[in-house]
Amino acid sequence: MSHTFHKGGVHPPENKITASSHITEVELPREVIVTFSQHIGAMAVCCRTKGEHVKRGDLIAKASGFVSANVHTPISGTVTRIDKWKTAFGYTADTVTIVAADDDHASDTAYIADGEATRTQEEVAALSDKEIVGIIDDAGIVGLGGAAFPTKVKLSPPPGVKVDMLLINGVECEPYLTNDHALMLAAPEKILAGIKLLMRAAGTDRAVIGIERNKDNAIRLLESLTADEPSISVEALDVKYPQGGEKQLIEAVTGREVPSGALPISTGVIVQNVATAYAVYEAVYLGKPLIERIITVTGPSVKRPGNYRVPIGMNMAALVNIAGGVPADTGKIILGGPMMGRAVVSLDAPTIKGISGILMLPDSEAHRDAVQPCIRCAACVDACPMGLEPYLLATLSRRQMWDEAESGKIMNCIECGCCSYSCPSARPILDYIRLGKTTVGGIIRTRQPKQ
Amino acid sequence: MSSVIIAIIVLGATGIAGAVILYAVAKKFHVKEDPRIALIEELLPGANCGGCGRSGCHDFACACASASSLDNLACPGAGAEVMKKIGDIVGLTPAATTPKVAVLHCNGSCTNRPVTSTYDGAKSCAILGAIYIGSSDCAYGCLGQGDCVASCRWNAIHMDPVTGLPVIDTELCTGCGACTAACPRHIIELRDKGPKGRRVWVACANKERGALALKECKAACIGCSKCRKICPHDAITVENNLSYIDYTKCKLCRKCEAVCPTGSIIDSGFPLTVKEMEALAATRQQQTQK
Repeated sequence: MSHTFHKGGVHPPENKITASSHITEVELPREVIVTFSQHIGAMAVCCRTKGEHVKRGDLIAKASGFVSANVHTPISGTVTRIDKWKTAFGYTADTVTIVAADDDHASDTAYIADGEATRTQEEVAALSDKEIVGIIDDAGIVGLGGAAFPTKVKLSPPPGVKVDMLLINGVECEPYLTNDHALMLAAPEKILAGIKLLMRAAGTDRAVIGIERNKDNAIRLLESLTADEPSISVEALDVKYPQGGEKQLIEAVTGREVPSGALPISTGVIVQNVATAYAVYEAVYLGKPLIERIITVTGPSVKRPGNYRVPIGMNMAALVNIAGGVPADTGKIILGGPMMGRAVVSLDAPTIKGISGILMLPDSEAHRDAVQPCIRCAACVDACPMGLEPYLLATLSRRQMWDEAESGKIMNCIECGCCSYSCPSARPILDYIRLGKTTVGGIIRTRQPKQ
Repeated sequence: MSSVIIAIIVLGATGIAGAVILYAVAKKFHVKEDPRIALIEELLPGANCGGCGRSGCHDFACACASASSLDNLACPGAGAEVMKKIGDIVGLTPAATTPKVAVLHCNGSCTNRPVTSTYDGAKSCAILGAIYIGSSDCAYGCLGQGDCVASCRWNAIHMDPVTGLPVIDTELCTGCGACTAACPRHIIELRDKGPKGRRVWVACANKERGALALKECKAACIGCSKCRKICPHDAITVENNLSYIDYTKCKLCRKCEAVCPTGSIIDSGFPLTVKEMEALAATRQQQTQK
């Protein structure tokens, strides 16, 4: 039996040039810019004033609703500015700038070198399930796979849903990205400890770690560590994009299909990324909120491509400089992977929780081909992992036929980009479907209160 | 021979029977429609632009035929004369309307706005705007992909290849407002056409502070309030670092235009001044000499 999801999918070149590189620790920057809206949901509300002194890990902005997340500072220092800052996409976002003095910097560096646990095994064992969710909530942990959905929301299933499995996403199906892979090799025990905490928080006694076969060393390592853990198993999966998608991963591992329009949790499975599990470990054992993450800085002509542990809020240009700077032949810089990532206009912007990679593509690979007419070959239909008709949805959306797009299940699109990738006419299919999704989503929302 | 006759008879009989059934059904299910609807629809432009607020010209015609007053019914595409004819048909007097025209609150041409990136995605402002800020640093100005051009049913907008901005043909523009809804940056506004087609407006939508706005675009409004102070008719307000000229109060004196340090206030429909004509003649002469 093949171990993957069944409908659609593509096999883009993997280009995992940083697959064998370890995690490089980045020196703490003297200045960070903490963005309030780093997650899906309501923007966090600032709880600091200008001139105030903050310590590493202190709360900077408070979650402002159920679907929202706390934001903390990765360095000690003084709040110098509370204002708008341009994001990598050119729009402005509300931010706080924190500047570290020499002694702040020294104390932070010394603290990291010591790295003491704040909770012992026994203390952690004594925590109730609710308390674990509370710690995860306080630590501002969001899904680190890329969507940055607040983790505590996922751990609070709607009433009537029985969770019977925790699925840990170590698939990393995006080309170029290796941050999860590096983390699995560097800290497997900590990830397993995080998984056990997540299992308690989710109230389930079974966890499966899904990893694609191109990460053989990670599979073997985690298999050997879970050999005497009956409740946790490792599932080696065939390589296919977009297996890291929540719905695809659930199907690949359990064979269950998420019904159209329903949340993945309705299948009784909670999916969390390996990096999220690691962040949960750090929050519970070390009392450390989500202030760091692994970012893959990569590209065919990058001098020192690698996986960097980055304080969240550090300037991206500074990070890229550590990796050898932006190569001269760069034509496009993408945040995330080449399939789902977004091109940026400027690197002079702070890193945020959802950034898994910075990819610098040479000019020769950066441009789209000229758009040709649709030849009705249905390559996009074959490639769509959600079983949609992308060519049709794109056309409906271009012609603003929103009702038809809605009945064509445009809202089921996971924006994986397989359609645009497979199109021989280089049509911007996903661009139009995204436009349609936004508009149809808006129409559906305006309709809801009337019902 | 006989088979031919039989065929003719059978076919003829079937035809007659069918005609009788069709006639009976048509009589039985006849929908009575106000004959005036067809008359009104004939007068309407048939562009289905939605400028009247109805779902199309037919819907508007139905609304006119059943209306007790034409106060809230006006077809921007047809104009006052046609509305008067419609009024004659339904026996009502149409409300007086001032003709409107679309104006663009942006003058960020290629020379005014430094280009910082190139975009090669789908040709749509809405898509571009959702992805990123666009090919300049201005988060308020025209995105240049022509959503307004695509939305115009009157062929009144085209993209100027030199400036990269849409040009609105005031002769063809009916003020239906389709472009104002299509623009994701909301920088097209319907304004009174003005006496002799004369208008003055702020061709900028940038709400950044002055220095930043100027860095993003040379023709940006910097919110300096010079125009507000000089305006003798109290028609100008400055809010969020952006000036706005109220066209209902503006008396077209153009004093604001003269004091604007960035040239973000522009006009249309005015005859050229002596200076402008001299400048134009000079450039023409240069061109012919070349």
